[in-house]
Amino acid sequence: MNISSHRRTRDRVVTVLTYAAMVFVLLLPFALFVGLAVKSDLLFREHSLGDLLFSSVWRPSSGEFGFKPFIVGSVYVTLLAMLISCPICLLSAIHITQYAPTRVAKVVTTAIDILAGIPSVVYGVWGMVGVVPFVGKIAGWCGIQSNGYSILAGGIVLSIMVVPFILNILMEIYRTIPRELTEVSLSLGATRWETIRDVLNRKALPGILAAFGFGFARAFGETMAVLMVVGNVVKIPEGLFDPGYPLPALIANSFGELGSIPEIESALMFAALILLVVVLIFNATLRWLIIKAERY
Amino acid sequence: MMEEKKLSDIRAMVKSHERPARTGRKLGEEVFFRSLMNIASVLIVGVMGIILLSIFYKGVSTFSWSMLLEDMGSGFYLNRGGGIKNAIIGSLYLSLSATLLALLVGLACALCMNVYLVRHRRILNAARFLLDLIWGVPSIIYGAFGFSLMVFFGIKTSLLAGIITVTLFILPIMIRAIDEVMKTVPAGLSESVLSMGSTRSELSYKVYLRQCFPGIVTAVLLAFGRAIGDAASVLYVTGESARTPTSLMDNVTTLPVAIYNQINSPHAATQDKAYASAFILTLVILAISLLSRYISKRYQKYRIY
Amino acid sequence: MESNMNQGKEGRNIERPFAEGESIIRVDGLNLHAGKTHILKNINVEIPKNKLTVILGPSGCGKTTLLKCMNRLTDLTPDIKVSGNIYIGEQPVFGSKTDIVALRRKMGLLSQRPFPLPMNIYNNIAYGLKLRGKYTRAELNELVEYYLRQVNLWDEVKDRLRSPAVRLSIGQQQRLCLARGLAVNPDIILADEPTSALDPVSSEAIEKQFAALSKDYTLVMVTHVLRQARRIADYVIFMYLGEVIEMRPAQEFFDDPREEQTKKYLAGAFN
Repeated sequence: MNISSHRRTRDRVVTVLTYAAMVFVLLLPFALFVGLAVKSDLLFREHSLGDLLFSSVWRPSSGEFGFKPFIVGSVYVTLLAMLISCPICLLSAIHITQYAPTRVAKVVTTAIDILAGIPSVVYGVWGMVGVVPFVGKIAGWCGIQSNGYSILAGGIVLSIMVVPFILNILMEIYRTIPRELTEVSLSLGATRWETIRDVLNRKALPGILAAFGFGFARAFGETMAVLMVVGNVVKIPEGLFDPGYPLPALIANSFGELGSIPEIESALMFAALILLVVVLIFNATLRWLIIKAERY
Repeated sequence: MMEEKKLSDIRAMVKSHERPARTGRKLGEEVFFRSLMNIASVLIVGVMGIILLSIFYKGVSTFSWSMLLEDMGSGFYLNRGGGIKNAIIGSLYLSLSATLLALLVGLACALCMNVYLVRHRRILNAARFLLDLIWGVPSIIYGAFGFSLMVFFGIKTSLLAGIITVTLFILPIMIRAIDEVMKTVPAGLSESVLSMGSTRSELSYKVYLRQCFPGIVTAVLLAFGRAIGDAASVLYVTGESARTPTSLMDNVTTLPVAIYNQINSPHAATQDKAYASAFILTLVILAISLLSRYISKRYQKYRIY
Repeated sequence: MESNMNQGKEGRNIERPFAEGESIIRVDGLNLHAGKTHILKNINVEIPKNKLTVILGPSGCGKTTLLKCMNRLTDLTPDIKVSGNIYIGEQPVFGSKTDIVALRRKMGLLSQRPFPLPMNIYNNIAYGLKLRGKYTRAELNELVEYYLRQVNLWDEVKDRLRSPAVRLSIGQQQRLCLARGLAVNPDIILADEPTSALDPVSSEAIEKQFAALSKDYTLVMVTHVLRQARRIADYVIFMYLGEVIEMRPAQEFFDDPREEQTKKYLAGAFN
């Protein structure tokens, strides 16, 4: 062997360290789950899972922890955001990848990169300055009493925040469709639009759905910006202009109360656990679907 | 002969059904959807413009240089004056150290997958699957987890706790970004280096690090941008402080958290400072993104192939 | 021999080893630049009707590009500049007044690898038909069956017409793609190395199809496989570095190559 012992030792040390880092990272998802689950154990001593998830009464001082308003609030805000964001992302993705000249495509992708970089808190500030008064005004026109801090404001801000995320996935999907498929369809006598509508979109469909799913999971956990515009009233929202109180906002907002009631710490960890489980289930299912779709 | 006759019949039949290639309805549909697409793209660019403009407009009119030079001091949120120097420095300490830590662990991970685990397809796929899973976990969960870690190990709120939490949060982002680049290193390259008698660890350092250098720099900047902009993960673990931190065990207020606190202050003057702070943070983020574009272009030429 | 080199209308040398008036595609002074690369250099050639013409040449000589120019699929690539023109019958391919969709309907395309549409087998054939006209269910069924029979695929797929086309083998997929191209009733079939991804058996099946089809259709096939060209070509266009070196009837081309490059190529110098 012409490998010196020095080199061999170094190789061994580096190898061990590398594997150690790998194992550490791979344990992270389990650590997250276990850590949060252990902490929320206290809550389960006196409440059943069903109670926690489906009760609407949130009175920490008298030991009642119903998470339903927060879960429903989260779902509403997220769905609202997706409703605004998904069609825009889909249209823009097709525009950028199929129609737009290189220059235009560059402008839009740069805009997306910038949107992706803006921190959550800055979106929140902008939401409070720009979106909330605007929503308040619209509510006024509709004859509804609202200061603008509402699930609609949350949905609007959130929809802008997930645009870069969804759009980047969608563009990637359209770009990986082989060009020959377009060529084939065009040479069958389809117009460009018919090709996109009947062939490309159909080919991209699993990917599009996955992109929307990932977008949902991403939006579901978004915290600061939503927290700043959504109103944070513990009540199941009944209209667009009602305030809501999503799960992440609950966790971020209740830090001050941590010392007061022992159970509240456990309740917040449980809220984080719900978030984690939802996100993990979404991601796992979608990954699995994508792998299946690739094989097919 | 039968078949040939049939072919001409069939072709005549298809021909008789032929309609013009472009009808008004078809054209209308395409025009309709194309205008929707244009509107969507314009909307995206427009919203980006509005956000930047309003942040800049509000920020420039409220900005003063003294904000960068003074600590908050007591009563900052009660409108007793002071700047955000401590928040900026605190954020830099926090995100720089977290990025460095995440880079060390992340590089090792990415190298492990691309140099050592390539021979074990199944393990590699499983590893990538797990990484994909945590990649999407929102930062608030790391915040909560960091808090429970802190309680578990008996650490107080501090810069150190913040660094650990943010490191965990940006690790998956870092690893994925580096892994994406390393995946593109052709197998032939590592085979030829190995066949020249290099050990696998030497392969990692000599070939992969050099080959992927621009990609790694981009990954670092991406992770740093996330680290410096995130508030939800550090809300629980860094505590609050009105002075510039001097040790790892000091409490620290980061810039995003400072912005959040300022805008929720009842005093208009403090809220104004929030706009200025948001402006500063946005500038930092934009600078990072510009830098990463520049670097990834500039260093392209150091790639071997 | 004098018919090998005719003076074109504009005084250009047009490669046309057959009588005037029998052509269906006329390439007239075609130049194509992609960015700064000059890919096609002053191509002047005519392609005879209802014959199998093979475009032959080493890889990278521009033969696929020439083929794709014929139905203007070059539109899909940005930064391409074209001068000169191609005429299908009397209609120019390049030009702002050209209805390219109508023109493309006269041509079927078979690509290197089969790319079945993301639909079931039945709709892969019916898609092109439905785009072009209204058919009753029965008419569609008849047409689908007819064209699947024409490529000898019917017996293999008749029980699973509704299953996705991607489940077929590669050879079956390529035959399906051929049937799909035929079903829209083209006059011309453009094929870009249609057998390069296939096993020898499927390859032979496609070749046989082609030979049979050249009675009713004009076939233009790109290939770099000499033996294949020798087996089925009626005419050969030989290209090298973006230029047409010569166009001859296949027999003549192989037995008595005129140009220096052709001789080298046939001797195997470029491969």
